[in-house]
Amino acid sequence: MIHMKDVYKTYNNGVSALNGININIDRGEFVYIVGPSGAGKSTFIRLIFREVKPTKGTVYVNEMNVNELKEKQVPLLRRNVGVVYQDFKLLSKLTVYENVAFAMEVIESHPSLIRTRVMEVLDLVGLKNKARFLPHELSGGEQQRVSIARAIVNYPKIVIADEPTGNLDPDTSWGIMKVLQEINDRGTTVIMATHSKEIVNTFKNRVVAIEDGLIVRDEHRGEYGYEG
Amino acid sequence: MKVRILMRHIREGFKNIRRNGWMTMASIAAVTTTLILVAAFLALMLNLNEMADNIERDVQLDVMIEQTATQEDIQALGESINKLENIDSAVFSSKDDELKKLIESMGEDGQAWEMFEQDNPLNHVYIVKAKQPEDTSAIAEEIKQMSAVEDVVYGQDVVKKLFEFNKYARTIGLVLIIGLVFTAIFLISNTIKITIMARSKEIGIMKLVGATNGFIRWPFFVEGLLLGVMGSIIPIIIVLTGYYYVEDILSKQTTYKFIELLPYAPFAFQLSGIILAIGAAIGVWGSLMSVRKFLKV
Repeated sequence: MIHMKDVYKTYNNGVSALNGININIDRGEFVYIVGPSGAGKSTFIRLIFREVKPTKGTVYVNEMNVNELKEKQVPLLRRNVGVVYQDFKLLSKLTVYENVAFAMEVIESHPSLIRTRVMEVLDLVGLKNKARFLPHELSGGEQQRVSIARAIVNYPKIVIADEPTGNLDPDTSWGIMKVLQEINDRGTTVIMATHSKEIVNTFKNRVVAIEDGLIVRDEHRGEYGYEG
Repeated sequence: MKVRILMRHIREGFKNIRRNGWMTMASIAAVTTTLILVAAFLALMLNLNEMADNIERDVQLDVMIEQTATQEDIQALGESINKLENIDSAVFSSKDDELKKLIESMGEDGQAWEMFEQDNPLNHVYIVKAKQPEDTSAIAEEIKQMSAVEDVVYGQDVVKKLFEFNKYARTIGLVLIIGLVFTAIFLISNTIKITIMARSKEIGIMKLVGATNGFIRWPFFVEGLLLGVMGSIIPIIIVLTGYYYVEDILSKQTTYKFIELLPYAPFAFQLSGIILAIGAAIGVWGSLMSVRKFLKV
């Protein structure tokens, strides 16, 4: 599903974020990316939906060579990768329903399909009764669930979450994790960068630790392994 | 593209116009101001062109025949003039005809000339017209060499100056119009850029969920088109009403007979069409130029 070989990434300002990453992630896996701040977790994640391009090495996502992707093909890649951000990235003037429907409109789905599918995913994340609310009328956890709904609405093969619980209290984080686990149980590959020891140690999954741009640990049903 | 998607883009374009009220007003104002100036310049330029063409067409040579010339001399001269190339027509006009014309052209004051009817001091003339107005002076030189010719008279200086003036007027007008259009594009692209900056988050999210650049661009295309068209409404009203009055006033005056504007229909409508087209073009161009930068996510 995802395959990286000798991947290096040096930003224009000279900061080298990744220094030779090799990894294979199979269909249906749930992978935590852990490690100290500035270790390269975000860069690793952003490679997958080509928000950044590798300086050296190859990245395959869904049998597509991301390096060689033409500008026109990038949207195709992104339709197969749903992204969940720490800061939700919701459009404040659109309702919950519209925020999710937006992702389907963009890929030119049929209106009747949009209606049923949006209500389906809002049900899945437990927000069916708040479809008409605006983002600022929701709690942080609810907003994050909207962004998860948006990420999965187009049936992506991969869902990527960059610290989805970073801004949320533990109880709320639990709810978010249950939703992500549910999505994973239905066969979607989930890759999640996190700083939460409780989550990693409770919801046991594959753990990949990145330090100084290198993978230093890769365990199935692993532990968080850092203090705090 | 499916009609449904096209309708969606048009709907979004209208929505953007409404959502960005003040910036929309600013953009429209920029287009309006530019188009008013462009319209004024175009109207002026096209009319000047037309007037110059008219005067050019009317340029004629008066070949004054020597008082002593006999009937045969006059006949011979007529034949040699007609043999010249580039001659459109050569018409004989006797000195009596010339005096009549003179008296008529003077109106009331002409009566003073009537006393010359017994002893006409004027010459017989050939009135010659060139096929190409530019050849006028060359033809004049040739005719001067012929026998029985006293002099050849035409508005030498006027014709030359007119050609010069026309050339400059056309170039300056064109440069001004192009400059104005680019200024407007710049203004629109800047105002739209500000509205896009506010929407850059939206564009970023659209790109992240897999929207193609074309999909993102379409509503902006519609928005730019609308801005341009809306911006051309006031200039078109000004053209349609203003030209009517100006033409009306100028057609009533008799002091400067050579000032004759292009007729209201179809000119005012053609000008309106041109203004609308320029407005739409700068709207679309300005809008697409400003969105380009934000698509690189």
